[in-house]
Parts: sequence; C-alpha cells; structure tokens
Amino acid sequence: MTEFLQQVIIGLRIGSVYALIALGYTMVYGIIRLINFAHGEFIMVGGYTLFFMIPVLMGFGLPAWTSVFAAIIICAAVGVLAELLAYRPVRKKGNRMTALITAIGVSLILQNLAQAIPFIGPNPKAITQDIFQSGRIDLFGVNTNWTSIFTIIIAAFVMVGLQLFIHKTKIGRAMRAVSENKAASTLMGINVNRTIVITFIIGAGLAAVGALMYCAQYRAVMTTMGSMLGLKAFVAAVLGGIGLIPGAMLGGMLIGLIEALVTAYISSSLANALVFVVLILVLLVKPAGIMGRNVGEKV
Amino acid sequence: MLKIEDLVVSYGAIQALRGISLEVNEGEIVSLIGANGAGKTTTLHALTGLIPIKSGKVHYQKKNLRKVRAHEIVSLGLAHVPEGRQVFRRMTVIENLLMGAYSRTDRAEIAQNLTKVYKHFPRLEERAKQIAGTLSGGEQQMLAMGRAMMSAPKLIVMDEPSMGLSPILVKEVFNIIEDMHKEGITILLVEQNAKMALSVADRAYVLENGKISMSGKASELLDDEKVRQAYLGA
Repeated sequence: MTEFLQQVIIGLRIGSVYALIALGYTMVYGIIRLINFAHGEFIMVGGYTLFFMIPVLMGFGLPAWTSVFAAIIICAAVGVLAELLAYRPVRKKGNRMTALITAIGVSLILQNLAQAIPFIGPNPKAITQDIFQSGRIDLFGVNTNWTSIFTIIIAAFVMVGLQLFIHKTKIGRAMRAVSENKAASTLMGINVNRTIVITFIIGAGLAAVGALMYCAQYRAVMTTMGSMLGLKAFVAAVLGGIGLIPGAMLGGMLIGLIEALVTAYISSSLANALVFVVLILVLLVKPAGIMGRNVGEKV
Repeated sequence: MLKIEDLVVSYGAIQALRGISLEVNEGEIVSLIGANGAGKTTTLHALTGLIPIKSGKVHYQKKNLRKVRAHEIVSLGLAHVPEGRQVFRRMTVIENLLMGAYSRTDRAEIAQNLTKVYKHFPRLEERAKQIAGTLSGGEQQMLAMGRAMMSAPKLIVMDEPSMGLSPILVKEVFNIIEDMHKEGITILLVEQNAKMALSVADRAYVLENGKISMSGKASELLDDEKVRQAYLGA
C-alpha cells in the first residue's frame, strides 16, 4: 500500500508538470483554435532561463526557485513574439491549416535557434543546484522527496489561482468571451487581439512554472526537452477535452498517474506507449475528451 | 446623431452595399427594412467596425467612426444587438450582462444599469445564474438586448430582434424597444418583419440590392402601395 501511495505521489508530481503545460495548449486552442506546437519549446526556453539564472540569483543570496520569475518573463516574451510576428499575421491572411504549419515552424525555429547559440548548443546541460529543499521526507509513512511535495502544492495553487482568475476577474471573463465569440466580444468593447496576447502570456508563463518543476526533478536541460514533454501535455489537453481548462488539469494528472503506475508495476519502456493507448481508447468512446461535450460545429 | 453617406462595402468582388446614405436623429426610431441579402446586416456590421468599409462616410455624434477601432465604438454610446443574439452561450446570464458593461468602469453605475435591465427583463433576474445557452430563443433575445443596455448606450442598433420568435414574443420584443426608446435611447432597427418595424418607427429606409430604394415617414411607407406589395404581403 505504501509503495502504491509512493507511486501515486510520483504520478501526481509528473502530472502537475503535464497539467501546467497542457493548460497553455488548451487556453491558446480555446481562444484562437490553434494547436500551438511551439508550446513545448516555451518549456525549453524556460528551462534554459532557469539554467542561466539560478547561479546568478543564488549569487545574490536568493533561493534557486526565484529564478522562475525570470523564466516566466522570458517565456511570456517569447510567447508574445510568436503571436505578434507569426500567428497574428498568418491568422489575418490564412486559414487554420496555415496557422498550424506556422506553429510547427515556430517550434523548429526555436529549437534550432537554441542549438545554434554557442553557449546553449546541442548538448544537455546539468543543473547542479537544488531548486527546492533537497532530501526525502516521511509523509504518514509514505517516503517521498521534497521536490514532489513542492511541485504538487505549487501546481495546485497555480491551478486554483487560474480558475479564480478566469472566472472572477474582468480580464478572465474577457478571455472566456473571446474564446466563445470574437465578434460579440468586439461589440462589448473587448480588444480581441490584446486578449489573445494575454492568453499567450499566461500560457507561456505556466510553461515556465512547469519548466521549474521539471528541472527540479530531472536536473538537466536540453534543446529538445520540450518535444516529448510538450507532446504528452498536448495529449493530456486532448484527453481532458481541448479548450477546457479543467480538462487540461484532469488530463495532465491522469497521464502522470498512468505513466507512474505503468512504470512501477508493468514496465517503464511501456509507459509512453500506454499513455497513447489510453488516449486512443478515450477518444474512441468520447471524441471530445473526458470533460468535453460531443457537439457539432455551432451554427 | 448618426449619418452615413455613400457607404460602399464589398466582399471580394461582390458589392454588398453600393453607396447607401441614411441618417438617424437623436430621439428617433429608424427602421431599415428589406429582403434577405439586401445588405441590412452588412450596414450594421460596417457601422460598428465588424467589417471593413471600402468607401463612404460614417459619422456618429460628429465623430468619424471609420477612424475608431471596432472595440472602442461601444464606449462612445453606440451599442449593437447582433443578428442571432450572439449571447455568450457558455457563460451565465449575469456574466453576459457584465460583459455588456465591459466598457464601463464605474461600479455604482454598472449596478444601477443592472437594476434597470432587471426592471425591463424580470426574467433575466430570475435566471441570473443560469447558463445562457440553456435559455429559450426569446430569453436569449432579451439577454442580448439587456446586455446592450448595460453599456449605457445613447444609440442602439438592432439586427432582426424578432427573428425566430413566436408572435407573442415578437410583440414583447417590440414593446421593450418602445420602452427603451421612452428612456431616451435612439434606435436604428433592422428588420425583415416590415410591418412591426414600420409600426414602431418614426422614419424608415427600404434597402434593395445594396441600395436605398425608398425612404420616408414610417407611417407613409406603411401605406405605400409598393412597400405593401413587396414587404407586407398585401
């Protein structure tokens, strides 16, 4: 039993990272119906920002995790640039397919650009410092590490905060309005383009927090780190119901749990494969995802 | 209050509006009637910036609306109740009404407007927490009108408020239009239901294939033989 609970905590830790990243996919999809394939690269950008900023901030006597604020700013900036320089111009002229191809392009550009920068390069870099308190802790008989505890707690806070923001603030309401009906939103006085930019800022910021959690556990960054992580977070978003914020949270946690339990009890090499099997099975039964409603295109 | 001159709008090679001119004076109800595809909705969309204008002038309270960005128009006191209600279906009734007040910042004023809207539409107060997509068509129309009122408009342009409603509800909608008008709101009404539209309006314009074919006092148009044949089915 305690071993099972241990695996559950690991699953929730992995799931927290997926959930935060899945939120970025789902929010951007919700507002402009674009699968932002470059979202995985935002994690990578966040990861390298952490790699470079941790020693600097620790030099000032600050704890390592404060580097996440730098990562949020840099990720948000990259997200805004992607929207302003690539997605918005394409959205004006093209259709959803051209936008999708553009997203793949932005993803490749970011990845290769990172590799081309001499002090980043193609080789993985190790993060040697502890991001959260090191060591293990005994939690009601379940042995786990502090990183897992912090990761799960931070993710919970961020997700509750996001829900409150979306539902209780004027900007949050505007985001929901724009995701539903852009023309009507404009008539209400909402600046649609600005709202889309805000969505990118939040999505990329969440990716930065996800990067912090990822780096805290795996202690390494590389230019391709966003690919698999991004792909699985995307699967999480689809599993929960793309475009739905609670869906991304649920989907992320589920994928994390499946991965941890399969690794522990079946086979670690099957973990990734089974994640996709679950996705396919769920989509066969509920094409719109676990929390999605199966409705046709609105008329 | 509102003056449109030689307005031309095209969708690609197709000219939807071929130089229309119309005017709405403060305190009036003006109707714009015409068949399906005549350009009624296009006129309103051009007015509130939802589609680009090719040429012509649009002035509202001496301001050139072509130079105002679409989302800034509502804060000038010009609200648009769009065709097909376009309520935010996944949001609650109260959230929809608050979206209507998005351009307002004074909380006391918003609360006051909400009370006023609830007075006009007691139904909306009963259903404040309900998801808008689950409302009936009539209730959604009321919500769309209430939402527009939340921006404290001086001029409301309405696109086919009677569309898809039962005769009783159509009557109710037009009663509310008259109530709004009594409160000092100027109204530009686009309708296919020409009879109702002409009976509430002071003046009216008839739009045909992207051009104004007739205009005048609503009561006179109501008696006009051509209008009767083409739009009133008599």
